[in-house]
Amino acid sequence: MQIIESAKTYDVAIVGSGAGGGMATKILSEAGFDVAVLEAGPYFDPAEDQYRNQLRWPWESPRRGASSDRRSFGDFDAAYGGWNLDGEPFTNEKGTDFRWFRSRMLGGRTNHWGRISLRFGPLDFKRKSQDGLGDNWPIGYEDVKPYYDKVDKLIGVFGSKENIKNEPDGFFLPPPKPRLHEMHYIKAARKTGIPVIPSRLSILTKRINNQRGSCFYCGQCNRGCSAYADFSAGTCLIFPAQKNGGKVELFTEAMVSEVTTNKEGKATGVTYINKLDRKTYHLKAKIVIMAASACSSARILLNSKSPVHQDGLGNSSGVVGKYLHDSTGASRAVFIPKLMDRKIYNEDGVGGMHVYTPWWLNDAKLDFPRGYHIEVWGGMGMPSYGFGFNPNDLNKVTGMGNVGGYGDSLREDIKRYYGAVVGIAGRGESVPQKDNYCEIDNEVVDEWGIPVLKFNYNWTNNEVRQVKHMQDTFEDVLGATGGILLGNKPGADTQYGITKPGEIIHEVGTTRMGDDPRTSVTNKYNQLHDCENVFIMDAGPFVSQADKNPTWTILALAWRASDYLIDQVKKRNI
Amino acid sequence: MDRRDSLKGLLVGSVAGGLLVTGCAPGETKEVAEEVASLPGYGRTVPEQEHDKKVLAEVFLNEHELETIAVLCDIILPATADIGGAKDAEVPAFIEFILKDMPRQQLPIRGGLAWLDRHSNKLHNLEFKKLTNEQQLAICDTLAFPGKTAPALLAGEKFFTRMRNLTLTGYYTSALGIKDLGYKGNQPNFWDGVPQDVLDEQGLSYEKDWLAKCVDQTKRTDIATWDDEGNLLT
Repeated sequence: MQIIESAKTYDVAIVGSGAGGGMATKILSEAGFDVAVLEAGPYFDPAEDQYRNQLRWPWESPRRGASSDRRSFGDFDAAYGGWNLDGEPFTNEKGTDFRWFRSRMLGGRTNHWGRISLRFGPLDFKRKSQDGLGDNWPIGYEDVKPYYDKVDKLIGVFGSKENIKNEPDGFFLPPPKPRLHEMHYIKAARKTGIPVIPSRLSILTKRINNQRGSCFYCGQCNRGCSAYADFSAGTCLIFPAQKNGGKVELFTEAMVSEVTTNKEGKATGVTYINKLDRKTYHLKAKIVIMAASACSSARILLNSKSPVHQDGLGNSSGVVGKYLHDSTGASRAVFIPKLMDRKIYNEDGVGGMHVYTPWWLNDAKLDFPRGYHIEVWGGMGMPSYGFGFNPNDLNKVTGMGNVGGYGDSLREDIKRYYGAVVGIAGRGESVPQKDNYCEIDNEVVDEWGIPVLKFNYNWTNNEVRQVKHMQDTFEDVLGATGGILLGNKPGADTQYGITKPGEIIHEVGTTRMGDDPRTSVTNKYNQLHDCENVFIMDAGPFVSQADKNPTWTILALAWRASDYLIDQVKKRNI
Repeated sequence: MDRRDSLKGLLVGSVAGGLLVTGCAPGETKEVAEEVASLPGYGRTVPEQEHDKKVLAEVFLNEHELETIAVLCDIILPATADIGGAKDAEVPAFIEFILKDMPRQQLPIRGGLAWLDRHSNKLHNLEFKKLTNEQQLAICDTLAFPGKTAPALLAGEKFFTRMRNLTLTGYYTSALGIKDLGYKGNQPNFWDGVPQDVLDEQGLSYEKDWLAKCVDQTKRTDIATWDDEGNLLT
């Protein structure tokens, strides 16, 4: 097979079009760089009807929105793919079970995420200083704050000023009012003594410019917004970059296999397989930015072996793929009898929770390190596949009729319990471990002939004890609603119901940043120690991930790294 | 109209006509119109469209199985004086599709239907669908209440539970079911808090400080600006 060379050499090749790649595209194209963006999936624009999932009714899908191997979160979720990608497997070391959610499409997973947009706080960058575990970041909150501020204003996030020590305030749009189930949660949290504040989501409760609309409260952010009223990398970064007249060339269906380097070890571009004609291409570029997601970028680097970079590009330290870590997760639900036979009105609200509980025990003595936040769900949502299953199991609890049965009484059962269950979920910070990693599985390739990743990841007692604490908290706060907790409290036999690694889809840390090239992959500006013209702008460089969802920090760091890159090019250092 | 056509009528939003060239005899070709089942667009990728097309073209249930499912759907959720039931909402066609789309459902449903007929034959020497309504309901009464089922009938209980789940989910995700439920969303609007009568009835009220932070919906289309401290000015 012959590799087809690109006619021209781009200033920058950006691998991946999610949060990090989108931000790099916008900042660098506006600075005049000639940018190529390579995306391994198809084009996607939620404003075009052929891609639209928003405001569709369940019956528009023949499977009524059920999940499938083609869309893990259901037919109307915007994320193509998910836990399974046909033709692109990964493997696990025996005894481990890492889950890897991938979405091949323009904008990647930003199309469907929960829009929870939390800044890391001052403590989050320096956790080793507090508990002696893991490592500190080489940067602190003060380094990132100006970029968080800029991201807030560019993209928009609602929230409220709370002056909580490790939950920095930002430039917020006003939050929406709580819904009924959230009012019950607030009341219970007040009784229990845990904090609850308006949530912080990148959804426009007011306009921020004339290009994007404001939220119209369909509660469907995960489906992609046709009004561009929430953040996704396509609608908020890449399309504006194109409209601003920047030189942005989009290569969709382009599966990057490796970064190419010259004799001196400097990057010369990337090779990719065009999924439509299955041929291999070489795209020449002066600078390469990896933003394919923490694990995909690690995979490409590890597959980019050359005489200069014998263990893979950027891997002289041997830590590419190491320190992989995801958030911990656990959940519980409660049935609130007061919410039976509700008056029905439209309470779709924004797509996601209107209130949440930030971590509140930074100063407490606990038997586990780091903390977690609590998310809340509930309400009278739109039915989809699965609605109506076991319609009257709650009759067991209330004694208000049979369990099972048939006929008209089922209609009454369904309506009695509609919107009467409230759930909460914890999302916690794990301590990164060198022994939790992804590496190349030399025995398995994907359908493009590229060696795949093999995962090796186990929780430690730290995470298990943290989740035990979550379950105790859930029991307290849900009990305080006056409702009846559902299911049994998960115990030690199930590690307290901790989610499997990867399931929270906050996997980070595979190319961590640091000042010491022997123990880190990039410097504090996301630039490879081993190769000055390659940057990593996804969540790979995270040293630790806080209990905060990673996206806002990916965006801030990608902007910061892009500014540094521009400066270095001006100074002719790259 | 053959069985496949009648199924298409049940299932398909549109039946697109296409031309297909097929060989009839050596040296002779003839153009025949081939109806290709398809669905209205709902934001599918190309592989998803291909999957749907493949599933629509498959046949799994036979006529008898489909008729028995229709009888069960009618028993599980009949029409009321006010609103149609599962059959009116085309739940049998939904189940027919789901079985093809989710192969894990095929054996439990096919086996369950066969179990039901065996059971019915033993009791009445007739298939279930041919029983009188009273006889059908009498059998359902022995299967429909988990926890009260005779051990010998547990397989039938499992099947009935699965049928009830599929029937209800098919119904409440149809236009008719959404109407019955009364769900009011899935349309542009703006959220401005829980109605006061609901708050009163629940014994809840908004905290004053909290409300002060929330969006003023009369200004939701104004472009946001802030001072240097992050205080919203508009």
